Amino acid sequence: MEIKVLGPGCTKCKTTFKAIEKVIKKNNLDVKLTKVEDIMEIMKYNIMATPAVVVDEEIKIKGKVPNENEIKNLLGL
Amino acid sequence: MIQSFADYVVYNLFGLDESSRFGVALNFFLYDSIKIILLLFFISLVMGIINAYFPIEKLRNYLSSHKLYGLDYFLAALFGGITPFCSCSSVPLFIGFVRGGIPLGVTLTFLIASPLVSEIAVAMFLGTFGLKVTLIYIISGTLLSMIGGFILGKMRLEKYLSNWVKEAQIQSNLQSEEWKAEKTPFLKRLPTIARESWGIVKGVLIYIVIGIGIGATMHGYVPENFFERFLSAENWWGVPLAVLLAVPMYANAAGIVPIVEVFVAKGIPLGTAIAFMMSIIGLSIPEATMLKKVMTWRLIGIFFGVVSLLIILSGYLFNFFFTS
Repeated sequence: MEIKVLGPGCTKCKTTFKAIEKVIKKNNLDVKLTKVEDIMEIMKYNIMATPAVVVDEEIKIKGKVPNENEIKNLLGL
Repeated sequence: MIQSFADYVVYNLFGLDESSRFGVALNFFLYDSIKIILLLFFISLVMGIINAYFPIEKLRNYLSSHKLYGLDYFLAALFGGITPFCSCSSVPLFIGFVRGGIPLGVTLTFLIASPLVSEIAVAMFLGTFGLKVTLIYIISGTLLSMIGGFILGKMRLEKYLSNWVKEAQIQSNLQSEEWKAEKTPFLKRLPTIARESWGIVKGVLIYIVIGIGIGATMHGYVPENFFERFLSAENWWGVPLAVLLAVPMYANAAGIVPIVEVFVAKGIPLGTAIAFMMSIIGLSIPEATMLKKVMTWRLIGIFFGVVSLLIILSGYLFNFFFTS
């Protein structure tokens, strides 16, 4: 599984990244988590609001910081 | 109700004297903070609910598929105000609009309105200046965004966009994705919306408290009519000077409004103060650097120039109406 957090580096994007990272570590999951800050790269996903979370190249969340339950759903927990 | 709570805490719980300067200032501080926090939460909640039903993608698709003869400027300004703004979202929004084939002028209207008329600005104005000034601010902010976008749209500035944005513009309309309505019932979505509203409040809480704190202190120590000498309505250069000072400044709307309220109470004309706040809230250096990714410096300069001029004009207009 591969997860990308899209966002040009604002607070909300960092919060999102950290929240997902925490759940992954806590559950010892084998997930590749990356942060995408380059705007050209972000715009390839055709989103209009950041932060966005992409799971295996599919946009799952956009424009908000997900809560723990939503993150667990994303990770299939 | 809030007042009696503030009275109780300051005079009974802390046991401060009702006539002491510190007691009064603390009471004012507590009362204003609670009032503004409640207002901000409530306004964010309302905007959050509207947003949940009319997300920005829906507006984009609507604007790009309908011919609206000018109404599109109004819609862009309106939604610019409702959409929660974060300066880092401005670039994706901008590209999203351009890709949807929406005219540059309408896109810029959205970009002007988004920080200018935000839930934070509205709550702070309502809490410190009252309903009348808030309405003036919202209406003039909306009009200003529409006129600004319209003028900029007429200037044919597309050639000053960054190259890769121009390419995106050519490929526009190709990927007008379908907007999927969320099927979750309202009551189930409400907690999420409320949580996000609280997130907005939490994010600016510290600025609100600091701003009101400085305001409350200044109220007691700055002499009456202190500023009138420098920036009275008769001085024609008062408004442009206020705008010039404010554009490079980057203060949170939450922090600056209570401080400017003191300036007004101590003799600065309201129009000058509104122009000052509009420039602080609406235009900033961090925003310019974000926009650099999609625009050339030249376009950013024209954009800031036109908006500043319009803010100066509205400052004069307010001063004229409120002093005569």
